[in-house]
Amino acid sequence: MNILVCLSAVPDTTTKITFTDNDTKFNTDGVQFIINPYDELALTKALEITEAKGGEVTVISVGEASIDPVIRKALAIGAHKAIRIDTAAKDGMHVAQSIKQAIEGQSFDLILTGRESIDYNGGQVAGLLSELMDMSLVNVVTSIEVEGDSVTAIRDIDGGRETVSASLPCVLSAQKELCEPRIPNMRGIMQARTKPLEVIAPAGDYTKTDYVGYELPPAKEGVKLIDAANAEELIDLLRSEKKLI
Amino acid sequence: MNFEQTENQKMIADMIRDFAAKEIKPNLMEWDESQHFPVDLFRKMGDLGLMGILVPTEYGGSGFGYFEYITAIVEVSKVCGSIGLSMAAHNSLCTGHIMAFGNEEQKQKYLPKLATGEWIGAWGLTETGTGSDAGGMHTTAVKDGDEWVLNGSKNFITHAISGDVAVVIVRTGEKGDSRGMTAFIVEKGTPGFSGGKKENKLGMRASETACLFFDDCRIPAANMLGNEGEGFIQAMKVLDGGRISIASLGIGIAKGAYEAALQYSKEREQFGKPIGHFQAIGFKLADMATKIECSELLTYQAAYLKNIGKPMTKESAMAKYHSSETSVEVSTDAVQIFGGYGYTKDYPVEKFYRDSKLCTIGEGTSEIQKLVISRHLLK
Repeated sequence: MNILVCLSAVPDTTTKITFTDNDTKFNTDGVQFIINPYDELALTKALEITEAKGGEVTVISVGEASIDPVIRKALAIGAHKAIRIDTAAKDGMHVAQSIKQAIEGQSFDLILTGRESIDYNGGQVAGLLSELMDMSLVNVVTSIEVEGDSVTAIRDIDGGRETVSASLPCVLSAQKELCEPRIPNMRGIMQARTKPLEVIAPAGDYTKTDYVGYELPPAKEGVKLIDAANAEELIDLLRSEKKLI
Repeated sequence: MNFEQTENQKMIADMIRDFAAKEIKPNLMEWDESQHFPVDLFRKMGDLGLMGILVPTEYGGSGFGYFEYITAIVEVSKVCGSIGLSMAAHNSLCTGHIMAFGNEEQKQKYLPKLATGEWIGAWGLTETGTGSDAGGMHTTAVKDGDEWVLNGSKNFITHAISGDVAVVIVRTGEKGDSRGMTAFIVEKGTPGFSGGKKENKLGMRASETACLFFDDCRIPAANMLGNEGEGFIQAMKVLDGGRISIASLGIGIAKGAYEAALQYSKEREQFGKPIGHFQAIGFKLADMATKIECSELLTYQAAYLKNIGKPMTKESAMAKYHSSETSVEVSTDAVQIFGGYGYTKDYPVEKFYRDSKLCTIGEGTSEIQKLVISRHLLK
């Protein structure tokens, strides 16, 4: 069972977000990058599957050399090898096409991604990649069971859950609850540097979209505390100032 | 000179932050209140490779050097000094002594168990009557055929009750002779070997401290570390490395207290602005941060020398002295910045304040460090 995990490097969740170039570019100065948390779930699940059934986990990422520490963390957690496509990740199509080109000739039984990256929240790569690879897709899954040539996955739907089965190979995207993310151990950290991290040139520029501008959400207003005994004042403020009632 | 942390150090720090948030933070006050020594936690830390950081991989360790070791102790101690202390004592004293002076058979027998956290290690030098004057010890070992018979007791020993194995330094020759002491490995369960009552301490309460008793305790001659008469000299060398441990522990405690105080200084408002904007608090923060960075530079200097195998007794004594005093000063300032809240157990700084004091006492007091430093200067 060989599994490919698509991994995105995203800003740490505590990052203070700012923009440059007339608000058209994200300012990466001093930003700490981490493995996209949904991709971390995909990686952990892939490791659980290969530990039970044998095989290897390959992580693949689109990005420049600055994301190598993030990829090495995936190797420290347990991935067997890594591929980095040496180009900045521009949009979903660019990422999906780059991955497709990079893995041509290799065969994977499963391709796992996160449901979306927590920076741009595009949520496109799993869908685009499955189409480009002509594989079926089960999106946003909370459970994966592989049996023989097929996989059974559970996914959240409005007000409930559905169980879906698909034949291998296929693409699955990870949702919270899929598993508990793993912490690398010291031995894994030591071994990460000796595991293969292949850097390959991008086959082309497949970008379909361009960023026109970013805006930060309006700053949060201060909190107004009203005495519990003073409900009338609260109602008055909600009506006259906030116009909520 | 490169002052930046390596990628491995950053990854280790991240790993410990994740682990500590899940396994240590939610429990530390309960362990502190009840003086509970969390043996299970150390098994988990063993799984992560934190119980044999310096042990080569062929003996089941992580095979890292002192830079990574410092990072690990600092990160754990930023959250809980007790856990940092126990981890440091296990890694550098018991395990470190066997690693440095054990023969191949002893290393094969003990290091894999210690490095994986399956066994917890203790180390005994201090006695009730001999702290700084360790050479004046009374506990003896007398040869009897293929065995040594140990009698006496050791005091203030980390993991004296829960430890699965102890390295102890006892008298085998004349009192006052620095070559009259020998180190032995003693396993838990050996008849005549027992741990005493747990000390009720000011701080470091989740780290177990007690006496070790030897009552006609017979151990095989094969358990001797190195040669007869080398125990004291071995112990001094182990303590050279141990000073880096306690320096790191002090840095961790100071950082934990400082970071809490910095955050509070930004959030707590008095007279219409955050208290950090008042010079009285801002200058305190400046002093705290500067002292911490001095301690770090001294400690990394000692670790650098240790990594390349150069003498570092003076440098490790300076690092230990400065970091220990810094941990007390910074945690005291942190309590002051928190004011009344700092005096309560609802905020983390009172624990850092209590824990910090051990650093200026354990593994050689600040006064002993100054003695070591001054002797080197006046050589």
